[in-house]
Amino acid sequence: MNPETVDAARVVLQARRISKSFSGVQVLFSVNFELRAGEIHALMGENGAGKSTLVKILSGFEQPSSGEILLDGQPVTLPANGAAEALGIVIIHQEFNLAEHLTVAESLFLGREVTRFGVLDRKYMRAETRRVLDLLGCHVDANALIGSLSIAEKQMVEIAKAISRDARIVFMDEPTAVLSREETNFLFRQVRKLRDRGTSFVFVSHKLDEVIELTDRVTVLRDGQWVKTAATSMLDGESIAQLMVGREMSSLYPAKKEPNVDEEVVLRVDAVSTDYVKDAGFEVRKGEILGFSGMIGSGRTELMEAVAGLRPRLSGEVTIRGETVPSGDVHAANRRGLAYMTKDRKAKGLLLNSGMTANLTLQSLGRHARIGYLSPASEAAALERARRRFDIRVRDGNVVARRMSGGNQQKLLLAKVMETEPDIIIIDEPTRGIDVGTKQQIYHFISALARDGRSIIVVSSEMPEVIGLCTRVAVMREGRIVGMLEGDEISEQEIMRYAAGLKKMAAA
Amino acid sequence: MSVNEESIQSTTHRRTWRDVDLRAVAPFAALALLLIVGAMVNPNFISLNNLANVATRSAFIAIIAVGATFVISAGDLDLSVGSMVAFVASLMILFMNSGVIADPALMLTAAVLFAVVAGSACGLANGLITTVGRIEPFIATLGTMGIYRGLTTWLSQGGAITLREPGIQELYRPAYFGSILGMPVPIAIILAVTAVAAFILYRTRYGRHVVAVGSNSDVARYSGIAVNRVRTIAFVIQGLCVAVAVLLYVPRLGSTSATTGILWELQAITAVVVGGTALKGGAGRVWGTICGAFILELVGNIMLLSNFISEYLIGAMQGAIIIIAMLVQRSLVRKS
Repeated sequence: MNPETVDAARVVLQARRISKSFSGVQVLFSVNFELRAGEIHALMGENGAGKSTLVKILSGFEQPSSGEILLDGQPVTLPANGAAEALGIVIIHQEFNLAEHLTVAESLFLGREVTRFGVLDRKYMRAETRRVLDLLGCHVDANALIGSLSIAEKQMVEIAKAISRDARIVFMDEPTAVLSREETNFLFRQVRKLRDRGTSFVFVSHKLDEVIELTDRVTVLRDGQWVKTAATSMLDGESIAQLMVGREMSSLYPAKKEPNVDEEVVLRVDAVSTDYVKDAGFEVRKGEILGFSGMIGSGRTELMEAVAGLRPRLSGEVTIRGETVPSGDVHAANRRGLAYMTKDRKAKGLLLNSGMTANLTLQSLGRHARIGYLSPASEAAALERARRRFDIRVRDGNVVARRMSGGNQQKLLLAKVMETEPDIIIIDEPTRGIDVGTKQQIYHFISALARDGRSIIVVSSEMPEVIGLCTRVAVMREGRIVGMLEGDEISEQEIMRYAAGLKKMAAA
Repeated sequence: MSVNEESIQSTTHRRTWRDVDLRAVAPFAALALLLIVGAMVNPNFISLNNLANVATRSAFIAIIAVGATFVISAGDLDLSVGSMVAFVASLMILFMNSGVIADPALMLTAAVLFAVVAGSACGLANGLITTVGRIEPFIATLGTMGIYRGLTTWLSQGGAITLREPGIQELYRPAYFGSILGMPVPIAIILAVTAVAAFILYRTRYGRHVVAVGSNSDVARYSGIAVNRVRTIAFVIQGLCVAVAVLLYVPRLGSTSATTGILWELQAITAVVVGGTALKGGAGRVWGTICGAFILELVGNIMLLSNFISEYLIGAMQGAIIIIAMLVQRSLVRKS
């Protein structure tokens, strides 16, 4: 620990020399961690560094193999399975724990409903819900169904839930992964407000800029070991990244390569409309990396799914090398060499309970089948190839996808899509929720694919990613393509101007 | 045992005891345990004769349950199979009684084809109602269960439908009572059906698609799998399996009635679940399924041969088995 900051404020939760092993594999090595009253403490590290395990141990979901936990200076054994909430320790999971069919008020009081004479006191619960939501400055209706809320609103309900349980210590695991910039700003304002009232936060995130912006102190883990704890003001993004990776970050993005202007146009999208997307048109050349930027909900994914045939088009045409692709026909698009890689690897990308082989070959089983018979040898060879090519690192070759780290899952998903040998690849959020090291690798894969003569569309909410990778960037807003930036125009300010509606492309 | 395990192990890793999926082994362990218990209850139990009898009697449920394994693996459910047996069997007997073809052998061949087509058509109907009609499979097949049963009652006018042609009867009898290489025909058919089903489920594209659809239909859709086609074909396979069961059922009694096959759907589902297939889809175990069907029949047999439990409690026992099987499965979730 950093000696100059010790004793500067009251420590509420402390971990001393915590170690943890899972079935013989040690994932935490004598880690120290301390959380003060009224601070926002970032926990940083690459995937597999042990952040999630440490969070689980500090919130009682796992017991340490050795070491001790001190709450208000007293050694405690945290009760398992979320019972630590009674001690004021709340964890907000990456995947929400909200039942879609309940109302906001019902969710807030789930498991500790207030009754009068044995009957639910709905009036009181609604009023209390309103009070907590107002405290957060959140305008969601207490009677609204969870299922009808946006992701950001769900996040706020989770936080409201934590507050209504008098949480003193809140763990947030990647809370902004699915939030837009505005929603993130809003969340941060509320978190700061709560901090000033004495609540402590542990903030787990891969987004360096947010960590710098929001947090008071940073603890970095690497390979299950404690590396450094320091005041955020003493660090910058580059130095945190270095601490996490343990090596100099060579340039995160590979060099861009502009395709020739006379290069063949392989994909032409013309005036495509769906329920949400209106009149979207663009072209992609061979070997080009085209970016799609915009706020969450601006219609990028809808447009791409319509192009890939996963969603019907109401009007408009998609042509691949001059051949028209019928609406809503995935196979036709696949056959012509277009593949779409979903941003939702857990719900739409991978079979979490299946192994790597079944996942890898699912989209391309025809290549391993002879008269319907799937050859195990051919599939095994494909897996070997993919593991080498995409550097998928797992200890056990039979591991099910659920047990793999986010970065490895993402690489497996990319490998799965590439098994179909597409030459137009739409990658939706290529690096959501994965660590810096893997991000860099994925950027290099994308760049290498483009240099191979494949065309790539990168849809991303992370602006640096689009700016660092793409030679042209389309900006969407409210279902329309409002801007198409090239060369020096590609900058955060310029993208923001279009995305926020301050600027519009001159009608062509 | 099952073919899919070998392929997983052949990839890279050295096989250790921890790699063995206990859920796949559990039904066979239970079967072994039952055999031991049975042998202690009554020495006649373990005789080859008795066991062959039990296996023969389990044939209908076993074969239907193999089809149910596909439907359940794809994340659906078919409640109509019991009624479907009665309906298809009635149609088949009526067809043979109609006498449109004079030659008995030719007539029988035509009747077999007729039953197979009728079974597939019933399955196809279930599949289309579920997928094209977008109705929960539970409700869709609850509906067709009533329809097939009602049609059977109407065809039989509330009584029985009996095969009248003695020439065909004579020709057809060995299909249930005969034996191949010393093995009763029904057992041979169980093995053949299961082997084909295991091959399809574990070693073909279609089988892989079934499991993918059952474990996460969104992932399947985004992987370019025609989800509805896969589900519909699973229902057709179920219909085919029902037809095969009918082909064994008709020569046994030569007659059907409105009560034929009642509650068979529940026994088939029990066999599937006892065999280790997850009811929520995504993991099919064909060999486990016939093991499950055998266990169900074996428990009844042990109760008959023992003199300390009333055989009238067989239904209660089978109900208890499904609950125990679920509890055991849950406790065996692989820890790694």
